[in-house]
Amino acid sequence: METLTKTIHGIPLNHYIMLCAIIFSIGVIGVLIRRNAIVIFMSVELMLNSVNLLLTAFSVYRGDATGQVFVFFIMALAAAEVAVGLAIIVMIYRNTNSIDINVLNRLKW
Amino acid sequence: MSTFYFIAFLSIFFSILVITARNPVHSILYLILTFFTFTIHYILMNAQFLAIVNFIVYMGAILVLFLYTLMLINLNKESEPRKSNLVKIAGFIGGACFLITIVAALKAFKMSDSVVTQNNDLGLVKNLGKILFNEFLLPFEISSVLLLSAMVGAVLLATKDPKAA
Repeated sequence: METLTKTIHGIPLNHYIMLCAIIFSIGVIGVLIRRNAIVIFMSVELMLNSVNLLLTAFSVYRGDATGQVFVFFIMALAAAEVAVGLAIIVMIYRNTNSIDINVLNRLKW
Repeated sequence: MSTFYFIAFLSIFFSILVITARNPVHSILYLILTFFTFTIHYILMNAQFLAIVNFIVYMGAILVLFLYTLMLINLNKESEPRKSNLVKIAGFIGGACFLITIVAALKAFKMSDSVVTQNNDLGLVKNLGKILFNEFLLPFEISSVLLLSAMVGAVLLATKDPKAA
């Protein structure tokens, strides 16, 4: 474990922020360009995970364990969110026979 | 040092594949690979508890839930929705603008010190458990209520309405 953690010595925090920003914006692009509701949901998961990684990086950088506890709570929240969201998607599919988000435009008005 | 950049490259590569894969099943499989690279990131930062939780909760529970839902829904090629190219380009430009904004804001700062694990038992189960059950006991209990209500809500939403059926 000692040698493993030595491999990230010399990585500045900026590179972690850069990596997480890139993955977060890939998630944003995924939400914007896909119409399949499940893939949109997966992009949201991607965004949540990039934020988790950045919180952990900050926590390690500051030597404060609170950030990692926060990540744990985010994971619990994500599990609850996925359960409810997928139930909603199943219900939408049962009512409309499609998970294309454009059939949901009835919600617009 | 180069290990981090290699794993970071893999994370970005697989997450791009997640949003570009035509078949939703492939995109879930790529998402599993992405989360695996995130687990490696956690291990590199010596956050062992989070690495294990990420491995079990995300790769084990959440993605299996995704796969099951996708198999319940039975998508075929014709029902796979397509967006027009104009919307795709607009979405890509929007996301890229967001990324450029963050990176440009980051350029205003000077390079920070390197991420060094100051005390080595920061992310271990023992240390995190002590903090979780002392300072964060109330949020911990509330999150159990949240999970219970989410479970009730999911069952309520996904079961068929007996009057309608």
